[in-house]
Amino acid sequence: MTFSPELESLFEQFLNKYPAGQKRSAMIPMLIYGQDEVGSITDELVEEVAKRVGVTALQVNEVVGFYSMLHRKPMGKYHVQVCTNISCLLVGGMELYDQACKKLGIGHKQVTADGRVSLEEVECIGACSWAPAMQVNYDFYHDVTPQQLDKLLDGLTAGKQPEQIADVSRVNS
Amino acid sequence: MLYNEPHPLEVKVLSRRFGLPNSASIETYLETEGYKALEKAVGMTPDEIIGEVKASGLRGRGGAGFPTGLKWSFVPKTSPKPKFIMVNADESEPGTCKDRLLIEYDPHQLIEGVLIAGLAVGAQQGYVYIRGEYRYLIAIMDKAIREAYERGYLGDNILGKGIKFHLSTHSGAGAYECGEESALLESFEGKRGNPRIRPPFPAVAGAYKSPTVLNNVETFCAVPPILLNGGAYFAGLGSPKNGGTRLFCLSGHINNPGVFELPMGFNLMRMINEVGGGMKNGRKLKAVIPGGSSCPVLKADECDLAMDFDTLAAAKSMLGSGGVVVMDDQTCMVSAALRIMRFYAHESCGWCIPCREGTTWLRKLLQRFHDGMGRRSDIVLIGDLAKNMLGRTFCPLGDAAALPTISIVEKFEEEFEAHLDGKPCPYENASRLVTA
Amino acid sequence: MADPIKFTIDGRELEVAPGTLVIEAAKRAGIEIPSFCYYEGYALQAACRMCLVDVEKMPKMQVACTLPATAGMVVHTDSEQVRKARKSMLEFLLANHPLDCPVCDKGGECELQDMAFRYGAGESRFTETKLHVDEQQWSPVVFYDGPRCILCFRCVRACEEGMGVGALGTINRGAMSLIAPNHGDHLECDECGQCIDICPVGALTSGSYRYQTRPWEMEHVGTICTHCSNGCTTTLGVRQDEICRGNNRDRSGINGEFLCIKGRYAYDFHQHPERLQSPMMRVNGKLEAVSWSQALSAVAKKFSEIKTRGGKFGVIGSNHTTNEENFYLQKFAREGLGTNNIDHHRTGDVATLVDALSGTSGQLATTGDLYERKAFLILGADLAIEQPLLSFQIRANFRHHGARIYTVTEKEVREDNYGTKAVRVAPGAELEALEGLREALAAEPELVILFNDSVKGEGVRKLVEFGQSLGIPVRYCALLDYSNSRGAIDMGMVPELLPGYHASNAAGLTVSEMLEAADLDALYVVGANPLKKAPLKSTRAFVVVQEMFLTETAQRADVILPAGSAYEKNGTVTNVCGEVQKLKRAVGTLGAKPDLEIIGLIGKEMGLAPLLGPWLPDTVFMEIRRKVKSYDIPLALISTGAQQTMPVNGRVNVEGRSDTVWSAHDNLFTSGTLGRYSKILNSVLEKRISEPTPDREEYIGQ
Ligand SMILES: Cc1cc2nc3c(=O)[nH]c(=O)nc-3n(C[C@H](O)[C@H](O)[C@H](O)COP(=O)(O)O)c2cc1C
Ligand code: SF4
Ligand code: FES
Repeated sequence: MTFSPELESLFEQFLNKYPAGQKRSAMIPMLIYGQDEVGSITDELVEEVAKRVGVTALQVNEVVGFYSMLHRKPMGKYHVQVCTNISCLLVGGMELYDQACKKLGIGHKQVTADGRVSLEEVECIGACSWAPAMQVNYDFYHDVTPQQLDKLLDGLTAGKQPEQIADVSRVNS
Repeated sequence: MLYNEPHPLEVKVLSRRFGLPNSASIETYLETEGYKALEKAVGMTPDEIIGEVKASGLRGRGGAGFPTGLKWSFVPKTSPKPKFIMVNADESEPGTCKDRLLIEYDPHQLIEGVLIAGLAVGAQQGYVYIRGEYRYLIAIMDKAIREAYERGYLGDNILGKGIKFHLSTHSGAGAYECGEESALLESFEGKRGNPRIRPPFPAVAGAYKSPTVLNNVETFCAVPPILLNGGAYFAGLGSPKNGGTRLFCLSGHINNPGVFELPMGFNLMRMINEVGGGMKNGRKLKAVIPGGSSCPVLKADECDLAMDFDTLAAAKSMLGSGGVVVMDDQTCMVSAALRIMRFYAHESCGWCIPCREGTTWLRKLLQRFHDGMGRRSDIVLIGDLAKNMLGRTFCPLGDAAALPTISIVEKFEEEFEAHLDGKPCPYENASRLVTA
Repeated sequence: MADPIKFTIDGRELEVAPGTLVIEAAKRAGIEIPSFCYYEGYALQAACRMCLVDVEKMPKMQVACTLPATAGMVVHTDSEQVRKARKSMLEFLLANHPLDCPVCDKGGECELQDMAFRYGAGESRFTETKLHVDEQQWSPVVFYDGPRCILCFRCVRACEEGMGVGALGTINRGAMSLIAPNHGDHLECDECGQCIDICPVGALTSGSYRYQTRPWEMEHVGTICTHCSNGCTTTLGVRQDEICRGNNRDRSGINGEFLCIKGRYAYDFHQHPERLQSPMMRVNGKLEAVSWSQALSAVAKKFSEIKTRGGKFGVIGSNHTTNEENFYLQKFAREGLGTNNIDHHRTGDVATLVDALSGTSGQLATTGDLYERKAFLILGADLAIEQPLLSFQIRANFRHHGARIYTVTEKEVREDNYGTKAVRVAPGAELEALEGLREALAAEPELVILFNDSVKGEGVRKLVEFGQSLGIPVRYCALLDYSNSRGAIDMGMVPELLPGYHASNAAGLTVSEMLEAADLDALYVVGANPLKKAPLKSTRAFVVVQEMFLTETAQRADVILPAGSAYEKNGTVTNVCGEVQKLKRAVGTLGAKPDLEIIGLIGKEMGLAPLLGPWLPDTVFMEIRRKVKSYDIPLALISTGAQQTMPVNGRVNVEGRSDTVWSAHDNLFTSGTLGRYSKILNSVLEKRISEPTPDREEYIGQ
């Protein structure tokens, strides 16, 4: 299986980060960065990672199923993750999630027909003091209001990139 | 910007660089006594370093509150295997968002803390296990690590004194259980995040079965100030046996949520009313989760207490990870219990029966109950099942799921009564009102 | 060893070695601490939490399965708190467990059922909907029913640790966790079925046994597997004269719980529709069914005639019939027919080994040695594939005692994975690698050398010289095929040797020489298929074949006498390590007869009865005890266990015909004629052929 030069060099780094004979430690980083490029955890990716870290495909699959961020099926270009855990729940996280479902016409871990946007109700993402919070891919959105969520989703479905969408409280990217 | 306008009541030790222009850069760090503690530590014996940390009364900020100096002293002086330092940056405890700031705004403080830990136990390799969701922090951390290598604070000849230490980041992939120290190590080794049988503890057999010091980000970040100003100084900031300050993450129904560095033992009511700016929309306080969702909730009338490990233990709760979640009188405690249990059922690793089956059973039961299909007998059953998990699970996640649940059914039984007989949740629109 | 420590459990003071786990100490003292995930010999899990006990001065209950007993520790296994804890664990377990016990294969021998009965609550308080996933078939023999699985991880460990295969793992998280096979939707493994046996509930079930019967409807007959030379006891579940399953849960026999696919499932050949049920005779060119009396008198008549005119006989015995049958057959040939043209397919050079070791004692390895000795040298053999039990023993030895293993083979073998040193050599060049290992081996405290047919004749003598020169205690094992290769030689089923390795001092033809002899008058074949390899030259030879199936050899027969299988007769067999064990008749023979009886009846027809003596296994064994060195074993001794024979004595003053030694290298899924007629083995093989797999060649190769 072939990857972009960037990913290849990243894999190279990962495989050299750990003490001799401990390549297996690189498995999870390789899987999650691999998923970012491939789009999901494919059998091919599993085989490849297994080969490179020197374990069986089964041993990789055992890991894949365990971690919530690793997806067997492709998510959208923009994966919208709304936190509904306690701090967010208290200030409207659940309503934001429901709003997103209605607006996108999809549910938990589903993808819009055009494959642009997918939705996931996630557990605490470490933004409790800036709740309600969400992530689009790896970007955080804090103190999200229903109005901002509308803007954001409209933008994304209309084909805009997150950074082109005005006055939405996007942080850290 | 993530950090809040500093609050007058804050005592900024670990967070003192927050808000400085590019505070994450090594330049800023060096201008503000950066790596001075390391230079000092280099001149000390390992026992002297551990001695200072013990004297500081520093207790683990990850949740368990174990005395840090003592933990370090468990690492065997000599070991045929290499020793490791592991930074727990998996920060996943609901209500907690402090480690994120410490890395975003002051990564070098963490690096320096890790280096000092390395000197204290004789380790030459460290890793920062960062939860996968914090991808942007990995970039920040990597940059800081690169700077440290360039300036000779990491590498094979640190400070030109032939000291050797290497550090890198390691990404998780979404699993709360991987914050538990032994599960973190399994995950780090490329396995499922199942916890390990203990003993042996990480200090003796951790990463790759080698002696490993594993601490929370905030714990390591407290080390440079401790060495710089002395253990006694740090201890003096807090309350007896609870040295120093702590980053409290205020969230929920308050006017001024945020992460604030306050002395250990700071009064919870003052935290809510003065630092947190009081209750939102003038509502009344109903309950507080004092240290992340794993802690038993406190009723409003229990909240006039000092926020330190021992006082909260005495109040049958925990200081936990510093996540203070404030709930007003419009909060449905049944849905709170439900949401918390949904979390633990989702995050249970599945290794042991009571946690795997108990959390799922309770999740389903609480869902049905909140949907108005509860029976009176369920109220007893909820407490019963939670108690049957308590103290019997493989790792503390089971307790973490059981404790808040037990406290909620016991302290808010009437709210469960109110959901009986098909009655709709009395607080249906509660949170919607708040956001509006 | 450190001195024992004292601790108290339920008021009884126990003395145990330091480090002994409380759960083990309790078991030995007859105190049951319930557990699902704890399994002796495999890695600790502490996952099921059934074994919680009270320990004085400890705040929380402790899990006995990971708790080492310490001096002065006071444990309570039956306190109110403990009883409640067990009850609650079972309540949790049963919450998502389908209560389909009435139709579950495991019903009646299910550990969860038993625990619920002993420690559980009467009623369940669970009223939510249960999780469901559909049952999956992972291989022709393995089915998995997710909802029934309690995630004790026994199967995973049996496969990973016990078999060294690692074909099972855990997928998903939390309550959604499931056991999964190594190839997505199916298994590629040894198909040993131990995961099924070790499963405490009905989650893993056996393709051949499932939904056939209820456990309590079967009688259980512990007999010896007939497929390879390792001699595992397989306990057959028999209902109405039909074998429903094989396993060895009671750990009777040298194999403990271990069985490979053959021992567990491949008894099925005996039920094959093509099984010969009636004698057959060639009537004007065609084989026709005839009565036993017709067939027997025809054979007797022809044999007597050839004997009186001094014609040339050839007698071929078997490496999977019993000692009694081979002994009786060679006696029939030598004393009855007056020929020394007797031989069988020799699969390993035991004769030369015995000779090379003459004058020594105790240097033939036992099955037990493979688990206990410190170091092993394996020459030529892919043990995991060809000698399943032996390799299982060595793996366990490695896990529990850190045994060191040296392999000298052509291809990579499973032992390499935990071996100390692996040397690759061209086939036949095994011995050349020895000097390179001398230093390492000489540094070992002791050594067991296992070699297959790649080392024979002079090679064996060189090997023994090498071994003896290491200056450490060395034991040897000549690897063999089939359940009684060793017994066949011990019983003198070869021209050069009489029973007990006494030189026959008489000329005699070997198997291939018999087939070559154009002037052969009669060929008498018992339980062998020589014509599969080479044609029979002599056109005039009168061919009598005792067989279960219409093999290549049987097709050439003038008279076929249908023989009983190992599961249909009594007698003894001797395994690769020289351990004599007893076959126990599990089912009837229908139209066939045990070989011993058939030989006896032919003898009787020929008027040889007085000379040959009665054809009762026990009576024949009495004679074996007298005539065969080191077989002087009271039957009582082996009626339940195994007894090793060490026929090593003064020189065998005759050169063994090691040139005739060759192994078929049967693998896990083949076993000569028997394997060809096993539906189960074939179903697995077909699967492997249909979908190319990494190990395909290994299995389909020959
Ligand atoms: C279920 C569970 C989750 C945990 N999550 C975290 C976490 O996200 N971050 C953390 O630092 N400690 C976490 N801990 C605590 C760690 O196990 C460990 O005690 C801590 O990291 C030790 O560092 P400290 O002594 O500096 O607190 C968790 C513990 C449990 C039982
Ligand atoms: S190892 Fe040999 S004797 Fe044992 S069960 Fe398998 S085939 Fe039979
Ligand atoms: S609860 Fe939503 S970010 Fe923590």
